[in-house]
Amino acid sequence: MLRYILKRVALSLITLWLLVTIVFLMVSLLPSDIARNILGNTAPEASVIAFREEFGLTDPLLQQYGRLMKSLVTFDFGQSWSTKRPVWGMISAPLLRSTKLAALALILTTPISIAAGLIAAKYRDTRIDRAIVLTGLATSSIPEFVTGALLAVVFGVQLGWFESVATFPPGTSLIGQLDYLLLPASAMAIVYFGYIARMMRSGTIRALESDYTRTATMKGLTGGQVMWRHALRNSLAPTITVVSVQIGYLFGGIVGVELVYNYPGLSRVILDAVKDLDLPVLQVAVIIVGAIYMITTLLADLVIAWLNPRARLELGQQ
Amino acid sequence: MSTEPSPGVPYLPPRATAADRAAAGAGATVDVDERRPALQLEDLQVAYAVRGIDRIVLRGVSFSIAPGEAFGLVGESGCGKSTTAYAALRYLPRNGRITSGHIRVDGNDITTFDKEQLRRFRAEEASMVYQDPGSSLNPTIKVGKQLVESFLVLGQSKPAARANALQALNRVQIADPARVMDRYPHQLSGGMLQRVVIAMALACDPKLLVLDEPTTGLDATVEAEVLDLVRTLRNETGAAILLIAHNLGVIRSMCDRVGVMYAGKIVEEGPAAKVFDDPQHPYTVGLLRSLPRQGRRKGQHSLATIPGTLPVLGADLPTCVFIDRCSLASDLCRSQEAPLVDLGGGRTTRCHHPDLIGTMLEAESTRVVVSQGETVLTIAGVSKTFRQAGHSVPALVGIDLSLADGETLGLVGESGSGKSTLAKAILGVHAPDLGGEMTLDQHQLASRIGNRSTDDIRAMQIIFQNPDSALNASWTVRRILKRSVRKLTGANSVDSDARVATLADHLRLSPRHLDMKPSQLSGGLKQRVAIARAFAGDPRIVVCDEPTSALDVSVQAAILNLLAELQSEQRTSYVFISHDLGVVRYLADRIAVMYLGRIMEVGSTDDIFGGPHHPYTEALLSAVPSVDGEPSTRIKLEGEIPSPANPPSGCVFHPRCPRRIDGVCNSIEPPIIEASLGHIIRCHIPAEQLRELQQSPASG
Repeated sequence: MLRYILKRVALSLITLWLLVTIVFLMVSLLPSDIARNILGNTAPEASVIAFREEFGLTDPLLQQYGRLMKSLVTFDFGQSWSTKRPVWGMISAPLLRSTKLAALALILTTPISIAAGLIAAKYRDTRIDRAIVLTGLATSSIPEFVTGALLAVVFGVQLGWFESVATFPPGTSLIGQLDYLLLPASAMAIVYFGYIARMMRSGTIRALESDYTRTATMKGLTGGQVMWRHALRNSLAPTITVVSVQIGYLFGGIVGVELVYNYPGLSRVILDAVKDLDLPVLQVAVIIVGAIYMITTLLADLVIAWLNPRARLELGQQ
Repeated sequence: MSTEPSPGVPYLPPRATAADRAAAGAGATVDVDERRPALQLEDLQVAYAVRGIDRIVLRGVSFSIAPGEAFGLVGESGCGKSTTAYAALRYLPRNGRITSGHIRVDGNDITTFDKEQLRRFRAEEASMVYQDPGSSLNPTIKVGKQLVESFLVLGQSKPAARANALQALNRVQIADPARVMDRYPHQLSGGMLQRVVIAMALACDPKLLVLDEPTTGLDATVEAEVLDLVRTLRNETGAAILLIAHNLGVIRSMCDRVGVMYAGKIVEEGPAAKVFDDPQHPYTVGLLRSLPRQGRRKGQHSLATIPGTLPVLGADLPTCVFIDRCSLASDLCRSQEAPLVDLGGGRTTRCHHPDLIGTMLEAESTRVVVSQGETVLTIAGVSKTFRQAGHSVPALVGIDLSLADGETLGLVGESGSGKSTLAKAILGVHAPDLGGEMTLDQHQLASRIGNRSTDDIRAMQIIFQNPDSALNASWTVRRILKRSVRKLTGANSVDSDARVATLADHLRLSPRHLDMKPSQLSGGLKQRVAIARAFAGDPRIVVCDEPTSALDVSVQAAILNLLAELQSEQRTSYVFISHDLGVVRYLADRIAVMYLGRIMEVGSTDDIFGGPHHPYTEALLSAVPSVDGEPSTRIKLEGEIPSPANPPSGCVFHPRCPRRIDGVCNSIEPPIIEASLGHIIRCHIPAEQLRELQQSPASG
């Protein structure tokens, strides 16, 4: 098992390295003048040249690449080209904000979606089931920035129940922040409800139709016992995979919602960095999103292995 | 002579003795009524809703089982026997429902039970054992916990349930119960899992035990052990048994009485031995005649088949259900429902013309004799070692075999014995280890299929157990066959069209079938297409890997006849893999018996069945329950097949061999002894001594 984890981590590191290299090549090979781009059209030629000198943009590509790798390996991410502030300082606060939002969205959506999927499976082909499936389809086919805007207008502006702008003043307590974050988090939660509920429903139906739940029923267990003791464990696996992929996706899909609610999260940082071709910031942001994605999928596989001994066996053999 | 039974007067078998009832009542406070059957079905009708329309599956099934009695249901797939089995515990698929009739277990009509009553009934009074024990246990829960659950539902405390679970495992003859309790299902063999399921079923000391194909998919020796166990437990518990099996031998060896089902009706019922020895319904007659039994060989008889196919699910059958396939059908049969005729001695048949059964002629049988010619294929010293997780696993060890022109070589042995690996090595799918040699028509064969010439590939083809794996589901039959013809013979489009037509004609596929897709064909027809595909390029050798084991017996008979005919016309040689010794005996000229990747015995079919046998062959032969009820003394094998990664020293069979010589077999590899010309046995015991020891119990 340990060998498997090490192997997965090594693979993830290779993937991250590829990711960074691709971003580096894209930015560097772009036929645009980074220094001119950042400093603006009106900047004097001398300061543009000075900028290039300062950040070594005239060095051979390989040398620039080597410097980049070194900064990543030593965790000394250097400073932003556009703001000249330390990269980590620019990223850490937005990262924390995005994490809060994503976590809240997950906390809101996961239990409800799983419960809805279970109920739909248990009462499949009835009106309850159809209602849940239709709701899921509808909510997951509307993009989150539309849902987000609607929620802001209805619950923020019209009804005034929650804050319609997510940026909370500094010093707001964690509970107080909820008031600001609830609407954007709900917008994302609503989108993911459909995916998760659908996976849970099909996983549960498969488990309920299996021979082992038949055996459990024939033993004289009650419907609830069959569901909780026998079906649930087996039906969770596909759902866990979906949730884990969603976590990585949440950090990307958050862009629209963060824009709608004017929330300074990670996506704002990435957008600005792309606009300015601010390579040092972009690199670190990309690595963070990639790493989150890889860690969550690895965790999901480990949870599945913990739930299912056969999956454990397969992992052991890989 | 003909009367419908009045519902309410159950058949009372004379077999339920005082001892049986005492055993049935042991531990229970219920006073067992002497006259009350353990299970009684009264005119049970079940329908499945398909796209909103009810399709009738059971058309009025009535029978009863006395306490302690074993009742078998036989019939081909789709006849409703499994539906009946599950209905006995009122477990139907979501779209199924009981439309009329009653199911009484120990006098209580379970069709009127509410949810909680039904749950308690399943927990306390009736149990079931299923086909495929691997999937009937939850893969994510330890075996012990699942077994303990069966005791917890009876209201026992946790420690008591655990103690009882351990005892239950002892009772089903599991050697190390505590260790087995701690395992997950995938860590146990099929035979072990089925024992666990049986232990679960017996937890409540059930009045009724339903077994649905409990040994299908298990190896012959394991099947025999499981059946022995059920027999023993039946005597101990006195539970009434309802056994479903498509294997008539299993039914005969286990059941007192038997019901033959067809299209949702019981068409014949009576004591098992009588029904199988002297069938009184045209369907039973057809079923029994299509079996390769009593040591029948292709050189003596072709097998009888039942013309036509089973009516589709829910078809409207107002008259006799067997009408379309019956050679005795008269105008009377076509106009009226067949009456239930009491034949006396507890026997009934549902037929208008029971008096004409004796006139049913055996279908004209063509003798298929193929003279043996030159050697086509030789295999010398072929081994195959797989690498798995850094270990080497020898799957084939030093195989020497030859195959003559027009000959059928049967390969038998339990799963894991290397039969399929050998087939794949011959076909070049698995390249054998260096050192071995294979020749086809005197020229050396490349070990890997990629290095073989088109001619060599054309010369060797395969037929699989599951035709779906060989046929492209989205193509028509015509396109599938045409592609094979063009690939294998290089014929142009016009020639290949002609060739496809000839092939189809040979295999009795009508032009209508050629324009269908495989999913529109029945299992038997699909297998015909797969055979046509294999024969597309006039092969020299066809490997048949369990080609009929997924088919019903009447369809199997047609396929076996077809294979025999094709062989006599084209002098094709077969390597025929099967776990069904009756089938192998019918079709094979010579048989090789494999164990743990080695050939333990090889000889003509007469030699293999006549003896002297290798002790392993002897055990295999004795494990097969015969539909003819021949007495055979079972030879029990100890333990399970060892892992090929770590084969036993000396003779690989010695740990399980009942005739092993201590000090010899466990240290020295056995010599090859020639019992007679061409009959080779790998054993330390001389042939003559083997013959004396064996008195050939299985020879026909």
